[in-house]
Amino acid sequence: MSLSGSSSAASGYPLPSFSDGGDPMIPTPWRVAYRRDETEDVFTLGLEPVENDTPRPPFAPGQFNMLYAFGAGESAISISGDPGSEGGCLVHTVRRAGVVTSALSRLRPGEQIGVRGPFGKPWPLDEMRGRDLVFVAGGIGLAPLRPAIYHALAHRQDYGRLVILAGARSPEEVLFGEEFDQWKTEDGVESRLTVDHAGESWTRDVGVVTKLITKADFDPANAAALICGPEIMMRYTAMELRSRGLTNEQIFITMERNMKCAVAFCGHCQLGPEFLCKDGPVYRFDRIAFWFAQREV
Amino acid sequence: MSKTLEPILRKHPFFAGMADGDLRLVTGCAKNVRFDANAVLAKDGQAADEFFVIREGSLAVGIASPQGGRLLIETLDAGEVVGWSWLFPPHVWQFDIVAVTPVRVLSMDGRCLREKCDAEPRLGYDLMKRFSSVISKRLAATRLQLLDIYAGKETKPGAISPT
Amino acid sequence: MSIVLPRAQFNLLIEALQARGYDVIGPTVRDQAIVYEEIQSDADLPIGWTDEQDGGHYRLKRRNDEALFGYAVGPTSWKQFLQLPRVKLLSIERDASGSTRFEPGDAEEPPRLAFLGVRSCELHAIAIQDRVLLGNGYTDSHYEKRRRNIFTIAVNCGTAGGTCFCVSMNTGPKVRDRTPHDIALTELLDGVEGHRLVLTAGSEAGAEVLASLPSRSAAAEDLERAEAVVAKTAQHMGRQMDTDRLPERLLENLEHPRWDEVAERCLTCANCTLVCPTCFCTTVEDITDVTGDHAERWRRWDSCFTIDFTWMNGGSARQSGRSRYRQWLTHKLATWHDQFGSSGCVGCGRCIAWCPVGIDITEEATALRNPANGNADTPPISNSSDEQNP
Repeated sequence: MSLSGSSSAASGYPLPSFSDGGDPMIPTPWRVAYRRDETEDVFTLGLEPVENDTPRPPFAPGQFNMLYAFGAGESAISISGDPGSEGGCLVHTVRRAGVVTSALSRLRPGEQIGVRGPFGKPWPLDEMRGRDLVFVAGGIGLAPLRPAIYHALAHRQDYGRLVILAGARSPEEVLFGEEFDQWKTEDGVESRLTVDHAGESWTRDVGVVTKLITKADFDPANAAALICGPEIMMRYTAMELRSRGLTNEQIFITMERNMKCAVAFCGHCQLGPEFLCKDGPVYRFDRIAFWFAQREV
Repeated sequence: MSKTLEPILRKHPFFAGMADGDLRLVTGCAKNVRFDANAVLAKDGQAADEFFVIREGSLAVGIASPQGGRLLIETLDAGEVVGWSWLFPPHVWQFDIVAVTPVRVLSMDGRCLREKCDAEPRLGYDLMKRFSSVISKRLAATRLQLLDIYAGKETKPGAISPT
Repeated sequence: MSIVLPRAQFNLLIEALQARGYDVIGPTVRDQAIVYEEIQSDADLPIGWTDEQDGGHYRLKRRNDEALFGYAVGPTSWKQFLQLPRVKLLSIERDASGSTRFEPGDAEEPPRLAFLGVRSCELHAIAIQDRVLLGNGYTDSHYEKRRRNIFTIAVNCGTAGGTCFCVSMNTGPKVRDRTPHDIALTELLDGVEGHRLVLTAGSEAGAEVLASLPSRSAAAEDLERAEAVVAKTAQHMGRQMDTDRLPERLLENLEHPRWDEVAERCLTCANCTLVCPTCFCTTVEDITDVTGDHAERWRRWDSCFTIDFTWMNGGSARQSGRSRYRQWLTHKLATWHDQFGSSGCVGCGRCIAWCPVGIDITEEATALRNPANGNADTPPISNSSDEQNP
């Protein structure tokens, strides 16, 4: 069974092929093409299809796959690669946090894993055309944002200024540092990295990522913000963006919860009435603001 | 020479909206200074008789690390100010301030300003309000840094492990 | 098309279903409760038994007649046959070269089941689960293949349960056309003709079965008596719930002190979710054998009351019992409407009876729909009191 990603007509973005009737819980085998350590506990897996001529199914920035590690289980991992690269690998950046992600981190090139997906509502990049885009990433949150950044850079003329802001714990935990340097060389692109603390050899910003928003150059009246990171960080980032003049309708976040099925059956990912796997994980902030603000829901 | 610095202070965000008379008083305590990258502008424990108004470049607030060297805990750039220990006894710097890049700052003489504020309480009140706002924002940012939110575990006090 | 079948011939209905290849699932007494199991004949039915139910209380009592369906609902529901408590999702085979193959589990064709004795509330519950598992964007294939084979014989309730409130939830006690079924029956115990059952076809398949039974057509009087029975049941509901604007009221009161009170009683034992006919949450289990070549993924029932239901990144989003009870109640009675266009509750009352501490969903809903300080209908203290104390 291959992931043809064909069921996109109604939703406007890719969905796995079984959304029109097959069994949504059966993974497809994929092979690890490469594995790269990003930081001490974050790694990237590049996957290629087991059958040589199978094309990589399309995905939209912000979507995720369920990755199955033999015997260990599945984990919901955002796709972190370039959506525009034809025939490239299916790329995921994973943090080693529990049983499944530890099993995934032990995989070596040539080994096989199971993939189900893509799932979830992506960043609505088409609707954002003509606007300045402000990307704000916290920690591993840069991984689900990266496909959106690639898309904006590849369609430069569709967007205004691009502001890419990322926060990490320390210089050793910065993700995709070299790409950051490349991004800021582009026209009309501002990219700034900050860390919570650093040694003296660090010559970039130190401090919370929200501070970078104060100094960024974008037009609040015509901007869209895409935020990804821990919930606390997203909350404070949204507040800071609002004090720069953005409304909640201009701010987009991506939510995360325990997921067992990714197809709105198991009930685990619910936040209020939202099935994050299907109704999200990307949300326009005004639509999730009520539940986002509740405690222990 | 201080007279030529008044337009620079007027343009700087920290002094935005300050009354002309007060601005003139404050300018009297200002001097223009340049530092090279890695210069140490202030040291933890030294007498704090000035604060820095950053015009260009960036400064870092650091703490001496037990292993030697410094841990940088915040960087500040053009448009920001650093240093408020000149306001409060014992007027001693609590952190190191180093230049990350070459910087141009206005060094504001603390003793001079304290005298002027004592003479003109209205000026003192205005400066206090500006500094309180800065300190409050710094505190909020520091609190977020304290939570170490990128550490990989969502902050859940007293989390119970299921296993 | 309606017929009347004397009690003595009721087994002909069961035989007719068996002859058509159905395994008949019906009520039977086991472990001092009336549960749904495969039955072989009408002798297996809970003849002459009724259930006495209240908060945290369930007892079987003898009736003074031989009614076949003279009880309300027991601890089990029909969901265990449609959304199986445990089902194998897939087997994973890995060979020496590392090549991995995913084989779907649950590959056999399921048996054809006839559900005998489905209450109207239960028909609504099945319809609700259909919306969740078949109508929400993806199809649960394990549920779907069991669901499509079902033959349902529904029952118009002749006895209202002590914890029943289907009238409040508009899900019964009368079986309606809007919940598809094959046959609907009403048991009549009195009258000159004695113990008999009025059976009405609800589908072509149902009509075909009824036509095969030696019986007489139901007369107007039979149908009137049947209506009267179920109308009387509707008058004797053990509980009630005011559903007017209940979803909005509950969501306005997410910090109501009542949540703390109920949390002190709730054991988060998950009984309510196990007996509830609409609860659908599941989890997956991964197992391997010792050789490391063969793994399996199983799906099993889960409950939002478990402490690790929302486990992620070293903590649970809903850690306190208070938040988990609140999740269950607000999902069932409020956010379910946003998700699926109806309440998640059908008023069967099982959660009330089977809660070990007797928490009553109708009582909690009543308390939680009102503002914290007293009744919504009480007018606020008027400002004229200021004039009395100048």
